[in-house]
Amino acid sequence: MNTGDEMTTTTRAQDPIEASIDPSPATLPPRIVPVGPGRTADDARTGSPDVAGVAAMPKVAAEAVSITYGTKLAVRDVSLEVPERSILALIGPSGSGKSTFLRCFNRMNDLIPGARVTGQVRLDGIGLMDPDVSVVELRRRVGMVFQRPNPFPMSIYDNVAYGPRRRGASDRAQLDELVERSLTRAALWTEVKDDLRRKSGLALSGGQQQRLCIARVLATEPEVILMDEPASALDPISTLRVEELMRELRELYTIIIVTHNMQQAARVSDRTAFFNMGEDRAGYLVELDDTRTLFTNPKNQLTEDYVSGRFG
Amino acid sequence: MSAPSQARGALRGTSGRTIVADRAATVVLWALGGFVLLLLGAIILHFVIASIGVVSPSFIFGDPSDTELGGVGPLLWNSVYMLVLAMLIAVPLGILAGIYMSEYAGDNRVTDTIRFAEEAISSVPSIVVGLFGLIAFVNLTHWGFTALGGALALTLFNLPLMARLSEQALRAVPADERSASLALGATKWQTIRHVVLPLAIPGIVTGIILTAGRVFGEAAALLFTAGLSTPTGYNFGNLNIFDPKSPWSPFRPATTLSVYIWKTNSEGLSQFAAQIGDGASALLLGSVLIFNLGARFLGRILTRRLTAA
Amino acid sequence: MAVVGEAAGLAGLHVRPALRDRLDLPRRVVFLAAASMVAIVFVLLGFIAWQGVQLFVQNGYPIGSVISTTWSPQDAPISFGVLPFVAGTIGVTGVAVLISAPLSIGLALFLSEVAPRWARAVVQPALEIFVGIPSVVWGWLGLTILVPFLRTNLNGLGFTLGFSWFAGSLVLSIMILPTITTITYDAFRAVPQDLRTGSLALGTTRWQTIRHILLPAARAGTLTAIVLGLTRAAGEALAVQMVIGNRPTMPTSLTQPMTTLTSQITLDMGNTVFGAPDNNVLWTMGLILLAISMIAVLLIRKLNRSGGRR
Repeated sequence: MNTGDEMTTTTRAQDPIEASIDPSPATLPPRIVPVGPGRTADDARTGSPDVAGVAAMPKVAAEAVSITYGTKLAVRDVSLEVPERSILALIGPSGSGKSTFLRCFNRMNDLIPGARVTGQVRLDGIGLMDPDVSVVELRRRVGMVFQRPNPFPMSIYDNVAYGPRRRGASDRAQLDELVERSLTRAALWTEVKDDLRRKSGLALSGGQQQRLCIARVLATEPEVILMDEPASALDPISTLRVEELMRELRELYTIIIVTHNMQQAARVSDRTAFFNMGEDRAGYLVELDDTRTLFTNPKNQLTEDYVSGRFG
Repeated sequence: MSAPSQARGALRGTSGRTIVADRAATVVLWALGGFVLLLLGAIILHFVIASIGVVSPSFIFGDPSDTELGGVGPLLWNSVYMLVLAMLIAVPLGILAGIYMSEYAGDNRVTDTIRFAEEAISSVPSIVVGLFGLIAFVNLTHWGFTALGGALALTLFNLPLMARLSEQALRAVPADERSASLALGATKWQTIRHVVLPLAIPGIVTGIILTAGRVFGEAAALLFTAGLSTPTGYNFGNLNIFDPKSPWSPFRPATTLSVYIWKTNSEGLSQFAAQIGDGASALLLGSVLIFNLGARFLGRILTRRLTAA
Repeated sequence: MAVVGEAAGLAGLHVRPALRDRLDLPRRVVFLAAASMVAIVFVLLGFIAWQGVQLFVQNGYPIGSVISTTWSPQDAPISFGVLPFVAGTIGVTGVAVLISAPLSIGLALFLSEVAPRWARAVVQPALEIFVGIPSVVWGWLGLTILVPFLRTNLNGLGFTLGFSWFAGSLVLSIMILPTITTITYDAFRAVPQDLRTGSLALGTTRWQTIRHILLPAARAGTLTAIVLGLTRAAGEALAVQMVIGNRPTMPTSLTQPMTTLTSQITLDMGNTVFGAPDNNVLWTMGLILLAISMIAVLLIRKLNRSGGRR
């Protein structure tokens, strides 16, 4: 997808926080920020080598990523690219390192003592493993939805407004609008709009909780959304609901989803990556292709065995 | 679709108010951790230095004196003696109570009442325990100030603590062990006696030592129960427990080491009050360390032995 | 169950349990042991309450007579106003908690959120040793280190500090630090890890997560810890008595000597005659202390119950 072909210009809010978050211009890196709905025009790339629409610089890329926990190698040498506004599904048996790998893209592995990531991960070409990358800013741009819904013990409204508020948003009207928009995109608005402020996020059903968590991520206006088996704790109806939602979100966001469920991968994703656990018990990438190709005509025997249900 | 309104910061760079606040908070929290260690280190160091030239065998074992430095032997003995007396009562009673709370107590009002009593006793101020002891073990019994009265007052601190720690140790025994025994046809009591209790022993022993350490330095509850005086010049060969001069007698006044520190300060009779206070405090602090390390050490050894067997 | 081994066959299952098993002696014994604590509470409450009202019953003082700020047990006009002691206890305790609570909560946060394993392995045992240090030792340190330090080093501030409200609160704040810290720490540990990762994944800093997720979620536990700290401080006798100067008037300033319920009981119980009015009023103070601690126990129960429901 070409990032330069359309442009929705919007005024950039005069937010006082902005000044305090932005570092001095001298340290501003050449950024390539896609411009689209929900993006601002002055984010458009300046000083980037491949400006005028060189086809598809990947939104996200992993280059020779290996991850170790203590002395145990968990993921070995994975490289892949994810184009902007597409869904990549990571499938594979337990222990193949999919979830661990997923957590590189927002550096959640930093939180695990003893975890070490080598190689490079890029967002819009910026090396995320670089020491000067702000993980806080990174995680605002790369949101994450977890396996188990984890709403905060506060009202639905406060849950959604949590991220923006932490970035200094305090204008009531803007927040109201943002909350409504996020809940609408997460297909939850009509179900909760009557007691937004009274009802605790914990009082929702499992499927609603997960959509709340998605809305919570959307409210921080990310560019990429990581989903770690987002439907595995849900009933079938809620699962369908969440899958529908993913297809809608694809129009606006780049999504990487880990799933155990091959049908789910087939239903929602554009491309699928198959991970397996090697002899050394480390996960590695076996094959990545268009979802249709991978499921119908895999190149690798292991992939074929897996998608046809012969193991895993 | 309308515009997002949030400021977007740079991916690189570590400035910004929230980041600075986070850094500052981290520094402050680390400083607090350091502060505790420094404080403890300073206290220990202070007493090590203060006890130089004061704490010696003649100080630890000698009799107090009004005219020279003297010693704290009888007071130290009284502390140990009353602690043992109190533990003799509290340990069996506490373990039994712990067994009830862990193995038998249902989710009902009786249990709730007992739990409440346990919490209530633990939170009674020690001076009030002393007042209670003054009525119950001094006046009503007509014993006067005695080691036994003091020990009984100490039991009030020991008992709920001992019950709680035993209960925790017993609850920590896995349910599998119980059901395995019950499935073999053992009665509930046989299961407790032969399976659960032995497995809980490391926890209970640790609990005993911790409890002992907690009451060893208790003073306020003893002022009006064990009294502010004590016989000195103990003859440990005198085993007649009804002789008030015998160190083994429970029916005699018995100032403890910690009460003595307070008394030395408040009466200020000896010109060596400062040295005596420092030395005695150092001894108390040393005992606390020994109790604490002892509990860890013994707990670890017992666990290893039991799990290996 | 008792028939196992009697070769009773299936019929054995219907045998009436032996008398021994029906009595279930062990159960009765352990129950009595546990119930003894209930008995102790009742007897203790009864004795202290009985002796605590003797000033009014035996000595005929009206109840209103103790609600006065004048303490003059010996010189006419005799007055047994206990308000200076009650106010002193509240004052010295309140300031101690004001000092100690932020430190303790911060320390608990350090242990639960910031400290790497090695640091926790050093600080936690240190706290356990703190808990075990006897109150007379704290009093002794206050008396020989803190009070002289305050007296000689703070003169430049324009007032003299020595035996004072402030000294008492400072000693108490250190004494209750481990209590508040350990209970708050447990409350933080009980907050699900999910909430932390959920918040961090939204691009918030650790401190924001602590402030906006952790502290609210652990509120009941933190309040419990503070109430327990207050109770422990209010009941503390000797350490406070050794550093506050024991002046039986209403507390006026942090720099001035003051008094508390506990220190007055400690000082005068041995110098008065059992049953005399100036002795019985001390028991009344004891009763007030007991009432404070019982109220605290009830409050903590309530806090825990409301905390458990959320």
